[in-house]
Amino acid sequence: MNRMSRFNAVSLTLGFAFLYIPMIILIIYSFNESRLVTVWGGFSTKWYGELFQNEAFLNAAWVTIKVAVMSSTIATVLGTMAAYVLVRGGRFMGRTLFSGMIYAPLVMPEVITGLSLLLLFIGIGLDRGVMTIVLAHTTFSMCYVSVVVSSRLVTFDKSLEEAALDLGCSPAESFRLVTLPIIAPAVISGWLLAFTLSLDDLVIASFTSGPSATTLPIRIFSAVRLGVTPEINALSTIMISIVTVGVITASLVTKRQMARQKAEERAAERG
Amino acid sequence: MMRRFLLIATPYFWLLALFLVPFAIVFKISLSDAAIARPPYMPQFDWAEGIRAFISQLDFENFVFLTEDDLYWKAYLSSLKIALISTVLTLLVGFPMAYGMARAPTEWRPTLMMLIILPFWTSFLIRVYAWMGILSNEGYLNSVLMWLGVINEPLVILNTNIAVYIGIVYTYLPFMILPIYSTLERLDGSLNEAAEDLGCSRFSAFWLVTVPLSRPGIAAGSFLVFIPALGEFVIPSLLGGSGTLMIGKVLWEEFFSNRDWPVASAVAIILLLILVIPIVLFQRNQQKQQEAEQ
Repeated sequence: MNRMSRFNAVSLTLGFAFLYIPMIILIIYSFNESRLVTVWGGFSTKWYGELFQNEAFLNAAWVTIKVAVMSSTIATVLGTMAAYVLVRGGRFMGRTLFSGMIYAPLVMPEVITGLSLLLLFIGIGLDRGVMTIVLAHTTFSMCYVSVVVSSRLVTFDKSLEEAALDLGCSPAESFRLVTLPIIAPAVISGWLLAFTLSLDDLVIASFTSGPSATTLPIRIFSAVRLGVTPEINALSTIMISIVTVGVITASLVTKRQMARQKAEERAAERG
Repeated sequence: MMRRFLLIATPYFWLLALFLVPFAIVFKISLSDAAIARPPYMPQFDWAEGIRAFISQLDFENFVFLTEDDLYWKAYLSSLKIALISTVLTLLVGFPMAYGMARAPTEWRPTLMMLIILPFWTSFLIRVYAWMGILSNEGYLNSVLMWLGVINEPLVILNTNIAVYIGIVYTYLPFMILPIYSTLERLDGSLNEAAEDLGCSRFSAFWLVTVPLSRPGIAAGSFLVFIPALGEFVIPSLLGGSGTLMIGKVLWEEFFSNRDWPVASAVAIILLLILVIPIVLFQRNQQKQQEAEQ
């Protein structure tokens, strides 16, 4: 079937309009001269200038990036370990509890995760700040990483690892030389997912941060509660552009990789 | 051996310490009394006293309080209602899109897929915020409608439940589309042709063949929208009004404004009990789908 029916074309057009028009409006109005957000007062980039002079936003952005880099890196290590244990670990005591703890945070409402971690940090007397947000973000995003990585581990051929072991590799070497290169794309997308989740999180960060550490979502939330502001429009435009560039690059890279893989497979078949 | 132990123990203990223990603390505090101290609760459980003393002192005061004050009942019911209505709306918007994608020329599909995933990577907060400017009384929607002469007075949408529905449909749409698309894409087109050959109209072939076969995807997508929507906080607090009661918002306010931790914890425990049913159903649906694939 190469031609689309009219119904499908209409539903796709309307659907994508619904998804993208709000963001496009946001981007257009970030270049609005007027402070009145719904009245067009001419083209201007002044809100971007003001944004870059706003100390509070810059500090919050820095805290957010620090938290996201740290938590997504720890979460990737822990999540990959957890995935390996779940898929290749065999039987051990408390396996059911372990897999339960991996899947439960995925469906847990954020308010509950945030509340429970805050009560823990207060209970053990940990000062709330960057460290506690990192701990909180690592905990929920390691579960996402482990789901992504384990779906890759399930599909790849275990005999490759066994062959490495037969050929004299230690288990650690076989993991480093065989398993890791094969699951690398999943590990990288796990890291990216963890990074984005951390950048994005408002609720859990609000519960677990202290006065010393305010992240960008917390700052944005307290600003937009009062209504739409041109500075936030400018900030949103910057964030949307970064994501767009990232997603398009990633999809081009995977496309090229898949093409190369196919070419290699064809070459291998020809011998 | 040591290495295997470390491999299992590191993520295991991390989750025990930062997922299970905090959860036990919430449960414990939900059973304790509020106090105007800091931390604002009376520890009901002292390890030295032991389990017996804990059980003898145990009271469900906070849970009783929740049943007596009808704010909480209303909040739970209205969260369920809002989550249910928005799930149905998301399905109505998402299914035709997923269907259109599955029927689109093969070379378009990766691009369409990317266009669905792109908003998912964009900040959730910003996507909700984008609607504040559109739906407010002086917002873009009202300006356009008044300019066109469709309405004379601005429609009040922001700070009502309608805005919350729009917000949930908008932000959770990718979660509905992707599972439905993946079941529709695998469907064998010849089944529909067979149904049509046997005298079905095109619509009844769709209704009798395509829809039942895409049920696992519809179920997965609906749960992926319903479960997070039930505990949603950001959308009701930015788009909803004072009349929008959702349990995530109540919990937040109980905690940050009223500083009543025991009641907040009890609210959390009950929310979780409500969520157990859809979560178990979701798991079963996923398992069935996996078995069907093998």
